[in-house]
Amino acid sequence: MAVDGIGAPRQAVSRFREGRLWYRVKGSPLTLVGAAIALVVLFVIIAAPLLAPYPPDKISLSARLAAPSLQHVFGTDEVGRDLFSRVLFGARASCGIAFAIVILSTVIGSIIGCLSGVVGGIVDTAIMRLMDVFLALPALILAMALSAALGPSLFNAMLAVAVVRVPAYVRLARGQTLSLRNRTYVKASRSFGASPAYLLRWHILPNALSPIIVQATLDLGGTILTAAALSFIGLGAQPPTSEWGSMVSSGRNYFLDQWWYITFPGLAILISAMGFNLLGDGLRDMLDPRLGGR
Amino acid sequence: MSEPSGDVLLEISDLSLVFRTSRGPIKALNGVSLNVRAGEIVGIVGESGCGKSVTMMAATRLLPKGSAHITAGGIRLFGNDPMKLSERELQHVRGKLVSTIFQEPMNALNPTRRIGEQIVEIIRRHQRLDAKAATSKAIGLLRDMLISEPERIMQAYPFELSGGMRQRVLIAMAFSCEPKLIIADEPTTALDVTVQALILSLIKHKAASTGTAVVFISHDMAVVSQLCDRLYVLYAGRVAEAGTTASVLAAPAHPYTRALIRCLPGLVAPKQPLEQILGTLPDLLDPPAGCLFKARCREADERCKAVPPLAAIGAARRAACWRRIEETQSA
Amino acid sequence: MPLISTILRRLVLLVFVVAGVAVVTFTISHLIPGDPAQLIAGDKASAETLAHVRQDLGLDKPVTQQFVIYVRQLLSGDLGQSLRTRRPVAGDIALFLPATLELGITALVMAIMIGVPLGVLSAIYKDGPIDQAARVVSVAGISMPVFWFGLALILLFYVKIPILPGSGRITLGIAAPVRITGFFLVDSLVAGNMKAFWSSLYHLVLPAFVLAFANLGIITRQIRASMLDVLQEDYVRTARANGLSRSAVILRHALPNALIPSVTLLGLAFGDLLYGAVLTETIFAWPGMGSYVVSSIQTLDFPAIMGFTIVASLGYVLINLAVDLTYMMLDPQIRELG
Repeated sequence: MAVDGIGAPRQAVSRFREGRLWYRVKGSPLTLVGAAIALVVLFVIIAAPLLAPYPPDKISLSARLAAPSLQHVFGTDEVGRDLFSRVLFGARASCGIAFAIVILSTVIGSIIGCLSGVVGGIVDTAIMRLMDVFLALPALILAMALSAALGPSLFNAMLAVAVVRVPAYVRLARGQTLSLRNRTYVKASRSFGASPAYLLRWHILPNALSPIIVQATLDLGGTILTAAALSFIGLGAQPPTSEWGSMVSSGRNYFLDQWWYITFPGLAILISAMGFNLLGDGLRDMLDPRLGGR
Repeated sequence: MSEPSGDVLLEISDLSLVFRTSRGPIKALNGVSLNVRAGEIVGIVGESGCGKSVTMMAATRLLPKGSAHITAGGIRLFGNDPMKLSERELQHVRGKLVSTIFQEPMNALNPTRRIGEQIVEIIRRHQRLDAKAATSKAIGLLRDMLISEPERIMQAYPFELSGGMRQRVLIAMAFSCEPKLIIADEPTTALDVTVQALILSLIKHKAASTGTAVVFISHDMAVVSQLCDRLYVLYAGRVAEAGTTASVLAAPAHPYTRALIRCLPGLVAPKQPLEQILGTLPDLLDPPAGCLFKARCREADERCKAVPPLAAIGAARRAACWRRIEETQSA
Repeated sequence: MPLISTILRRLVLLVFVVAGVAVVTFTISHLIPGDPAQLIAGDKASAETLAHVRQDLGLDKPVTQQFVIYVRQLLSGDLGQSLRTRRPVAGDIALFLPATLELGITALVMAIMIGVPLGVLSAIYKDGPIDQAARVVSVAGISMPVFWFGLALILLFYVKIPILPGSGRITLGIAAPVRITGFFLVDSLVAGNMKAFWSSLYHLVLPAFVLAFANLGIITRQIRASMLDVLQEDYVRTARANGLSRSAVILRHALPNALIPSVTLLGLAFGDLLYGAVLTETIFAWPGMGSYVVSSIQTLDFPAIMGFTIVASLGYVLINLAVDLTYMMLDPQIRELG
């Protein structure tokens, strides 16, 4: 740990640049597994149309509720749609929405948090008290109420979850900003007359970024679960959209006899959430070995 | 002067120890030999990182199991090899036969339990006493440590006491089961100078009255010279010099010992400038060949490319320096 | 002093939070697309009926005045009337709350009883097989979609290997114990009705385990991390150097100190539990608040949804306050000076 200022930012960056990153990833096979899953998920999101053997909405009443076979590796649903294709396309809705939520709340939260920290004073106090109130509430219950009020749709569910996640990022970004603001190099820059906007752009944001990115990665796993759960209780994606949570929801009527219907979409949720959780855990350990794994 | 002739409580012979780390093995100890007899006070001196604490923690097997490995040599503690003892036997040895006073009294006591509970727990672990007898014994021990109102201190939590008080509690704890040997690992380093003197005299008198042997670890030659009968000077995981305190102070044989003594105000003749030892400890990940002190030594020459043995250079005196060894041989 | 000032500070925050909840739920109620009066009166209501309903609900008044009325109602414990059950929401919640609490508390106890020992073991045998297994279990717990896990366990232990009941609180045909607390386990014991007690306990196993599983991982990780911190403290070394037994060192010196920071986690766990209960109850047809709110969501019963949100938020805030106070009571430094 650099005691103060000047050397600190470069040191933080070099941790990632000088091959140390790879060295540490190699020492943690679970992080590698997480990264691999994350890459596969990204690939499926992009290449779903190329990988899927059938169009996800292609109804085939003759092949209703067919067990897994060579034609339909994950079986089919109650109107004969190929579950494998639907699970592949489901990555777009299920993980796509999670990405959107995390990006939205990260960007909004970081901007508010950094500004609050840089501006300080009464604005800062007001913002932080407001965030305290929000953080004291059960976020997911609020998200449920909010998306119910907005009307059940994937987009509204996304908005609702993103809104309730913002305060956590505000707090994180503000904490980072405050600790960076007192570093020698920021003080030096300010003594040369740099404007708050300049400080934010060149000194604060770049250095506050890595903990925020780690937090965002960790949140991805949880957000996939939340989005799927909202869809499951009917608040998120609406049929016939291919979305893992709503697939489990419709499969619920058939799961006693057709085990495959809920099994594969559920596994897809579990595995992708696990991938991002493992990756986020590993990244956090690398940035701050004191916090997690050890 | 000859060495005291009591029973040998602790004998460490030719001990080498490495710490396995992600950067490679650190050779923390390289053939350390020392012994402690009943009733004597032995000092171990050297700068931070020279292996003082490691040696004694190896003797009581308190080093982290995964990373510390003994590569050569052996330890005999009360006639047993601590490495071969079962966990249960080891617990009997610790506290009952040998106990340790650690430095930094800040966290050495459990912050969530009262002082009394912590002392009584140790007393009752090793002695057949009921709660009442153990409590009055603990109060007596605290009183011996010149703590006024020991009953009140028994009810206090560690954070309510000053550093000097906590250190006295730890000393009382170490003496609580009348061990034969106490290892005092820099017990005064974190304290004010005035408190330091008090703590030293408490240890000295308590040890004298109970006949307990003490191994006193310190980086401070002045402290050790006040307290100890004999001393070992450690440098980079090797014994540089050993002998009675009086003879070492009178005629330090190893250049490192001389440098340590010359750093001290008061021990040198007045008006002579104080010295500092130039350079730093060698890198124990990749130690240089030969005498480990040669890079910092003003008297180093060709001979120092080989490792000097720890050889006798007089009655009860040993040193690991070629110059001294040859002087002794030619004399 | 710190104890009292913290309590005061928390109580002030509590007032703000409750006010915040009121504002949020009020705003959400007004976000609803469409006319609440229409929702209540039904699609085929005449203009006259609509106007009547609107007047009844105070919807014809200015928004600020509506808010005042809303807050006044909340303060008197009136959460409005459910559109679905046509009963007061407060009464409905009082009816369904005990079932949820019984499930949640059982799950929490289960998670603590498995999670704490697992966390302690994986700290002691760090990087060993137990630690690796615990790590996989915790990540799986955190990543597990509760609703799917519930269905999978029903499929396994109710359908394929029928050893556990898959739905409800008590076997059909066994009368529910007379309601005293609403907790079946407590009520049946009080009545001495062992048949109902065992049946209720039996019915709790699967849903409570599903709910416990996610929190299990969080608890295990927290305990492991704080145990690792504590195990390298000097006082643990002191205890070892004085020959205390391994179990005394771990149970009497390390664990209590490791538990203190973990207590705060309980408050957060409660939020997760609440949310998890919503999903678990749906899966296991558990007649609690979770099932109630999901049905309300599916029928767009806004008074019920908002009533639930308010009660849940209030409960969450109070539990966190209680947890923080417990935390302060456990730390002698705060307790003795406070």
